[in-house]
Formats: sequence, structure tokens, C-alpha cells
Amino acid sequence: MELRKNKRKDSLYTVIALIAMFAVLLVMELTMKSTSILFTVLKKGVIYALVAVSMNLLNGFTGLFSLGQAGFMLIGAYTYAILSMPVSVKLSESVYKYYDCAIGFDLGILPSLLLAGIIAAIFAALIGLPVLRLKSDYLAIATLGFAEILRAFFQWDAMGPVTNGANVLRQYRDLTKVTIPFTDIPFPPTLFCFLVSGICIAIIVLLINSSYGRAFKAIRDDEIAAEAMGINLFKHKELSFVISSFFAGISGAMLAMFQYTVQAAQFKTAMTYEILLIVVIGGIGSITGSCIASFLFIACNEWWLRFLDESSNNILGLNILRSGFRKVVFSIIIMIIVLFFSKGIMGEREFSWNGIRAFLHDPFGLKAKRLKKEAKAGEVNGK
Amino acid sequence: MNEPILTIKDLKVNYGGIEAVKGISFDVTEGQIVTLIGANGAGKSSTLRAIAGLVKPASGKIVFRGDDITGSDTNEIVRKGITLVPEGRRIFPDLTVLENLRVGAYLRNDDITEDINWVYDLFPRLRERSWQAGGTLSGGEQQMLAVGRALMSRPKLIMMDEPSLGLAPLVVKGIFDIIKEINKQGVTVLLIEQNANMALKTADIGYVLETGKITLTGTGHELLTNEAVKRAYLGE
Repeated sequence: MELRKNKRKDSLYTVIALIAMFAVLLVMELTMKSTSILFTVLKKGVIYALVAVSMNLLNGFTGLFSLGQAGFMLIGAYTYAILSMPVSVKLSESVYKYYDCAIGFDLGILPSLLLAGIIAAIFAALIGLPVLRLKSDYLAIATLGFAEILRAFFQWDAMGPVTNGANVLRQYRDLTKVTIPFTDIPFPPTLFCFLVSGICIAIIVLLINSSYGRAFKAIRDDEIAAEAMGINLFKHKELSFVISSFFAGISGAMLAMFQYTVQAAQFKTAMTYEILLIVVIGGIGSITGSCIASFLFIACNEWWLRFLDESSNNILGLNILRSGFRKVVFSIIIMIIVLFFSKGIMGEREFSWNGIRAFLHDPFGLKAKRLKKEAKAGEVNGK
Repeated sequence: MNEPILTIKDLKVNYGGIEAVKGISFDVTEGQIVTLIGANGAGKSSTLRAIAGLVKPASGKIVFRGDDITGSDTNEIVRKGITLVPEGRRIFPDLTVLENLRVGAYLRNDDITEDINWVYDLFPRLRERSWQAGGTLSGGEQQMLAVGRALMSRPKLIMMDEPSLGLAPLVVKGIFDIIKEINKQGVTVLLIEQNANMALKTADIGYVLETGKITLTGTGHELLTNEAVKRAYLGE
């Protein structure tokens, strides 16, 4: 009874916290300069949070070690850019210089976003048929290979009339083109990213807590036992793979919106490794971990460590600080995290109000430690 | 005499050219406890895996309640009413006890609260540990969970692969008491064991399997007193 009451209270807290977060974002966007680095980090952070959570669904909750995320982001980004680019731009030579664009229509932002996810999901379904019969490292290698093939395919000259070959895509509907429905007033871009990612992550959380999610976790824990319980292994792996790729596609589309330009060359294996890094640092199997790690990663990469790249910041006459030094420090930080938090920041745990309560009651476990010590001392004295 | 719930006819199972089961035939009568005993490599586990659909038999026929289920997928077989408690328990270590039970009922769409309570009544220890991760349970508790999880699909026939493996004698006795209790409540049991003494004392009918073939058949009591069985499996 007490538990249920607490649970109700907790979901109320969650709703209030979310509303507060969106309200703060809105106020910040209305009052602060939109070019502030803070917004860049927040936007990119929340986009990466979505793709990290989608990767976590596959790697952390279904136990499929897949490295194809950048490939599905690529499909999403391209689908979005091509579909949302106005026909007038497609016909003019400003983007499709060397090819005649074969797509003679354009769609609004939301349908393009949705289709970006769906096309990525369709590709995933096709790739999944042969690839998901493999296990662990072999699966990782195969998905990595497919992601590279996708990148080559999108850059292929024969695909030019659709993808503009290896050339850049731009002048599609980016974040500045988002408007409040039925008006021409621009929608706050950071808020838009948070809304879309938030809804997608919420859907993934609901999925993980459903009976499907339980089946995914059962497959992760023990494939043979899961099969013996009547769980169709291939069907569920394929389902997880397709859903994960759907959200990777949406996140790719948002990245395209955020960047104003898209080029296939950007979606290299290195991008998948960045996402994998976020998942590992956050904790494999923790949604909140992936979200927190994503913001930390992007903030360190794009903002907090930037000063290390400026040679003008050198003091004491030592010329350590120069462009690229940021990456050295960043790598060291990551190594420290991996060494001392081998299960990531959150491990397999999730954020919970109970956790917060416990923390407020006893920050850093000092009280518990003292109690333990006292108990031990008492024991010794007793003897 | 009841009708056989499960009929195996001339079942052969191969693993890449090696014949693990070389054509065995036996019946499982509804409402009984039937045991297959035999040494390592006799083909006991392979037989169960073939019935559960985890391996496809090379030839032969498996008939369950009048339906030919030879070579069917595991999920169809579970839906028809056969579940397997796999060897070595294989509970889901990162899922809670309750989640483990829910996964056991994965193919069911009806209300399962009653069945969860039924399993918790059979194994009160599991009720206490409901919110604990499966991997933190002791070996005996894990075996209880594995049996409970299999019961959650409401099987007509439950197959157990060496439930006594690696457990202390007292715990083994508890497990066998539960097997008898489950059987009393109407579930037919097909049990394979190396602990021949315990298995034969519990079973109505026993089959002795040697290198992929059935060499002896009899009631549990008959086999317990059989000289050959005594020498080979009971160490007397």
C-alpha cells in the first residue's frame, strides 16, 4: 500500500520535473541569445541522447552487440533532407548541381521526420534478416560492414539523382524552419529537439517496461532459456533491431535539421564509436545513464574542454596547449571513467526518486559507513 | 489406465553426424511421473531438447495429445502445453524473481496473477524474494524459480532436465517433494536424472537409456530392485 502511494507520488514528481524542465528551456530560449553555445550543446546532446538510448535498447537490453547506428542515422538524415527540401530548391541548380533531382515532391517537417525513421526501419528489417543470425562479435562486424556499405551506397554516382552523390545536401527544412502549428511564428528550436527526443525516449522506456521489453531482457540474460519459454528468438531480435533503427533514423534526421547541411562522409564508423562510448560511459542497460552521458560527452567535446585547444591560454611558457590537446585530455578522462566506473556512471540502475531520497538522507554513503564502523567497533568491544 | 499424453516413436537425434539418440520409443501416461535415467551421453537431454523443439529430430515421430509436434517450433510446443526446465536451471539472472515468472507466462494473454500466487504458494521462499534479482538466489532457490517459471505457462506436461544437479541432498529432497506435489495437482512430469535412486523412488514408470537406446523399462519400484540397474546406477 505504502509502495503504491509512493509510486503515484513519484510519477507526479516526474511529470512536474518534466514540465519544469520544458518551462525553463522555453524561458531560456526566449531570453538568451540563440547563438549561445549552451543551446548548441543542449540540442546536439539531446539528439545524441536519443540515438544512444536506441543503441542501448539493442546492446543493453536485448544483448545484441550491433555497431550499425551511424548507418541508420545516415539513412534518416538523408531521407529527411531529401524529402523536406522544397521542390523549388530541387529544381534549381543550387544543390543538385551535377544531377537532375529525381524526387519531384517535398513534405513538411513532421512527415519527413516520421518517414526518416520508417525508411531506416525498413533498411534495418532487410539487413536484419541475414545479420541477426550471427552472435556477439560476428554481429558487430557484420553490422559495421553494412553501415559502411550504406555510406558507400549513398555516395554512389548512380544514386546521384536521389542523394546528390558525394555532394552536400542543404537548403532543406532545418531547425529554423520549424513553426508553431497554424502560424508563421518560429518554434523555439531547442525546445523542439527536446520534445521530439523526449517523446521518442518515452516510447522506448514504455517498450522496455512492457512484456516485449521483458522478453528482450530474457534474451539478453539467457537465449536458450528464453527460447525454452516460447520466446521466438529471431522475431524478437528483429523487432528490437528495427525499433532501434527507427529511432536512430529519427535522431539522424534531427541531426540533419540541427546542422543545416548533410554529407554521407560524416557518418563514419567513428560516429558509431562516439555513440557506443556514450552508452558505455552512461552504463549499458541504463536509459538515464545514456541521457546523462550524452550531455556530458557533447559538453566536454564541444564546450568545456575547448580552452585546451587555444595556444593563447598557455601559461608558464610551456606550449602544451595547442589545437588537438583537448582530445588528449578527453581520452584521459574517458580512461579514468572506464577504470573507476567500470559499469558506467549509472551501471544498470535508473534515476529514481527513491534514489534521490536516499541520497538526500545520506549523501555519498557517509552515514552508512559510519554506522558500519560503529557496529564493528561495538562488536570488537563486545568481545 | 489413462491414455498416453505423449508418444515418442523411433526418435533419432543427430548433432552434425554424431547420432545422440538412436531410435527410441516410449509413452508418457497422463498424470504420471515418468523418468529417463542413464549415464552421461546416453541421450537423455537430447531427447528432451527434441521434444521441446530446441533441436530438430533427424527422424521419428513425437505425438502430444493426438497432435504430431515433430519438428515444430518451441513457441508452438509451449503453447500446446509442454515446457522444459532446462539443465543447469538457466534462470534470468538480471531479472527479478517476479519478472522471471512473467517471462514464463510470455505466450499467455490472460490474467496471470492467480498463477503467480499458485507458484508463490508452492515456493513460499520465492514470494519473500519477489523483488530480488534472480542471480542473487541460492542454487536451490534458483531451481525452484526455474520450476516455477516453467509452471507459469500452465503446462500439461513439464519436462525437467536434471533438477538435482549440483544441489545439497536436503535441497534435492525438497525439490522432489515439490515434483510430487505438482504431479498431484494434475501436471504430468517427464524427469531425467542421474540421481537414479531419487528419480526411481519418485517415478511411476522408468526407462533406462544407454548410448541412445532404451535398454530397460519398468515401474520405479521394479527398476530400483533390478540387479542390472542396481549395479550400473545405484552403486550397489
